[in-house]
Amino acid sequence: MSGPDASPDPALDPAVVSDSGVEPSDGDASRLTQRIVGAITGADVRLTVLALVAALVVGALFLVLSDTRTLDAVTSGAGLGAVLQAAARSVSRAYSALLQGSLGSPGAISETLVAATVLILTGLAVTIPLRAGLFNIGGEGQVIAGGLAGGYVGFAVEGLPLAVHLPLAIVAALLGGAVIGWIPGVLKARTGAHEVISTIMLNNTLNFVAIWLLTTTLFQIPGRADPISRDILDTARLPRPFTGLRVDVGIILALLVAIVVLWLLDRSTIGFELNAVGANPSAATAAGMAVGTATMRAMTFAGVAGGLAGGALILGVQGRITPGFSAGLGFDGITVALLGRGTVGGTVAAGLLLGALKAGGRAMQARSGTSLDLVVVIQALIIVFIAAPGLVRAIFRVRTEPTSTTSISQGWGA
Amino acid sequence: MRLELKGVTKRFPGVVANDAIDLTVEAGEVHGLLGENGAGKSTLMNILYGLYRADEGQVLIDGQQVHFSDPGDAIAAGIGMVHQHFMLVPVFTVAENILLGKEPIDRFRRFDRRAAHEEVERLAETFGLPVDPSAVVEDLPVGLQQRVEILKALSRDARLLILDEPTAVLTPQEADGLFASIRGFQAAGRSVIFISHKLREHRDIADRITVLRRGRAVGTVDATAAEPQELAQLMVGRPVDLVVDRSPARPSEPVLTVEGLEVLAADGQRLVDSVDLTVHRGEILAIAGVEGNGQTPLVEAITGLLPIGGGRVLLGEEDLTGRSRKEILRSGVGHIPEDRTMHGLVGSFSVADNLVLNLWDDERFAARRTRRFDEVRSHARRVVKDFDVRTPSIATPASSLSGGNQQKVIVAREFDRPIRVLVAAQPTRGVDVGSIEYIHRQLVAKRDAGVGVLLVSSELDEVIALADRVAVMFRGRLIGPFPTPVAKEALGLMMAGVPAEEAMRGLAA
Repeated sequence: MSGPDASPDPALDPAVVSDSGVEPSDGDASRLTQRIVGAITGADVRLTVLALVAALVVGALFLVLSDTRTLDAVTSGAGLGAVLQAAARSVSRAYSALLQGSLGSPGAISETLVAATVLILTGLAVTIPLRAGLFNIGGEGQVIAGGLAGGYVGFAVEGLPLAVHLPLAIVAALLGGAVIGWIPGVLKARTGAHEVISTIMLNNTLNFVAIWLLTTTLFQIPGRADPISRDILDTARLPRPFTGLRVDVGIILALLVAIVVLWLLDRSTIGFELNAVGANPSAATAAGMAVGTATMRAMTFAGVAGGLAGGALILGVQGRITPGFSAGLGFDGITVALLGRGTVGGTVAAGLLLGALKAGGRAMQARSGTSLDLVVVIQALIIVFIAAPGLVRAIFRVRTEPTSTTSISQGWGA
Repeated sequence: MRLELKGVTKRFPGVVANDAIDLTVEAGEVHGLLGENGAGKSTLMNILYGLYRADEGQVLIDGQQVHFSDPGDAIAAGIGMVHQHFMLVPVFTVAENILLGKEPIDRFRRFDRRAAHEEVERLAETFGLPVDPSAVVEDLPVGLQQRVEILKALSRDARLLILDEPTAVLTPQEADGLFASIRGFQAAGRSVIFISHKLREHRDIADRITVLRRGRAVGTVDATAAEPQELAQLMVGRPVDLVVDRSPARPSEPVLTVEGLEVLAADGQRLVDSVDLTVHRGEILAIAGVEGNGQTPLVEAITGLLPIGGGRVLLGEEDLTGRSRKEILRSGVGHIPEDRTMHGLVGSFSVADNLVLNLWDDERFAARRTRRFDEVRSHARRVVKDFDVRTPSIATPASSLSGGNQQKVIVAREFDRPIRVLVAAQPTRGVDVGSIEYIHRQLVAKRDAGVGVLLVSSELDEVIALADRVAVMFRGRLIGPFPTPVAKEALGLMMAGVPAEEAMRGLAA
């Protein structure tokens, strides 16, 4: 028997098999997903914050190791003090540039919000299925589908006023993503095909579909050889409320979506079903819920969020479809959802934070010469530290004692 | 080996799990450890096994004080533990599991299968616990898996064996086999600590019994002298009524009718074989039987969790065959599932949410797809009070409650909604004595209120205490029902497959 903080989870217990001879179709795989989901949604807020701190600290270490001035100080045989001074200077220069570039000016804040818009939406595309016990790796494909559908309506439908054209394009983006989300959902519900595999496959499929479409007359600029779509018409572009700043109403759209998702997951009967299916599918079935329906819904909603992210990107900052426009933003959604611990509020906060990192990273590269890759490294480290809560606990010596006395009773007693 | 625990204390934040416990286990003694869920039995054993460190107190083996910092130390000192949930590698063979960590190797440093098999066979013979060394563990029945666990402990030369709730997973026959092997170790001068919350088992196997209550050892008694009533009172801390008080049933019209029900396994095997039964309003029809004889699929088919392979299920006049689980539940069938953590509760959900788990979208608790949290909460507050669920708050996750209180949440959920039939499968499994008493009284009260109760239980005592009519399930077929009283021995014979007439006659003769 493990420590007092261990929660005995019957779904993970191979000894728990009914004698009916009927087994869930994908026992081991879904148990693994449940374990991952449990680890994420059950994580302590402090651990999440500490994981972030640890990532920044280790990131600084990488920064110092790759900093030429610090290395010069080492090779020139200067004293330890000089080396440390050089290291401290390079870290503070890089991190203050990061902060400046993300929050230091209206332009910086605008860039942060631009990056956050898409990250919040792709984060939600991972968070929703996570609550239903599903791991959506397909954000990328859903973003591409939303971008293609929204973008097509954005440049191909002419003669409509903004008040009609823009909503139409957004709905098209939403539907495009929904279809691509629904496919792995229905495959899982009907055949048990694991959503991790099918969403990854769809990412590649959509990527090449986009490249192909961009070379067809349907999308391509007439007379051009390179695969770039026609420009989105002004009537379908997300308006920019501040002149000279790139931030557009996409951020409002993202926050509105977050509010709807908050209602969906935490207040609605549909969300109750999703959460129950995610936490204990057997009990959900026994309570009369339809696991397959919940699975399809969760993945479709995820697709809606991903599709809107693609729409916000194409109808917003990008203005036209180019190959690889999704640029890994679907995958960034996984980081956002992990950091957001599977809650809607957390996902929004994490989206803003990673948006700031992204925007600040570009400024950092420009001002202090530190490679933008550092941001990617920090993001990766965040995932590593969140995925290894034991490591974070050990580093910061966090005592993991449950706050309520009752929750330990399962660890002792017979 | 003589084991002494002196003043062992273990505190968890806010709780004293073990409070100055003294315990002595003599060489060759079977010492029973009795207590409700949460009394501190497992904590004490985890200290003894080196998994927890005691805050205060001493552990002495043969008079020498010992300090265990991990199970390795405890094993080296001759202590073996068989956990309630087995610590076996399912895909490994019996021999590989038993010798894991000290497996014999040949001169090419490969696993020496032949030597391993010989070693396991020697062990099996020495202790009279036959196993097939080459069998893969996951293919074995639970009783044999437990035997592998015991052999694993013995292969490390355990002189004191801790058995944590060993009978919880066993059929009565398997339990008898286990008891025989326990007596075997005892004869060889080995000691056993036997943990269980079943009074009868302690009286069957233990020499002395120590009762724990809320972290304290409240008494050690001689097993042969102990009265069940007295033990139950020590365990719960108040007088307990072990006999269910009930008036004769007054059954009226049929409310649940099952006709020629068949349930087929994926491989076409008949799990339930043309079962007919009728439950009337105001009666308890009990189905006894050794587990695995088709009771689980029968219950799951009636309540819509498993597809029906043939036959019909009627609720009153209404045909439920082919209806969805949700429709069946909402039409008035209550179900207390046998595995409460798997089917009964969502552990991470609050008590309040679990109390509406199968009414989540009912108009009382939701309007226009939005949940009505005020209603959910006030409902929970009332139900928790009415059904005496001991929980710190209605927002507490269900998984934090004791087994008995978790079961009360399920019972309360099914009893508080309008039902005409209640299907209760193993309703008191793994539940402490106090809660058993409560749940039994509730079942009788529901019967008296005109509900038809179908009780499925592998506890013969429970069946005999509650049944107005009793049937036995054997290999997918139903024998009976018979009006009560039916002799316990006759039921036992039928459970073992003896035809009904012969079982009854055998007793008469």
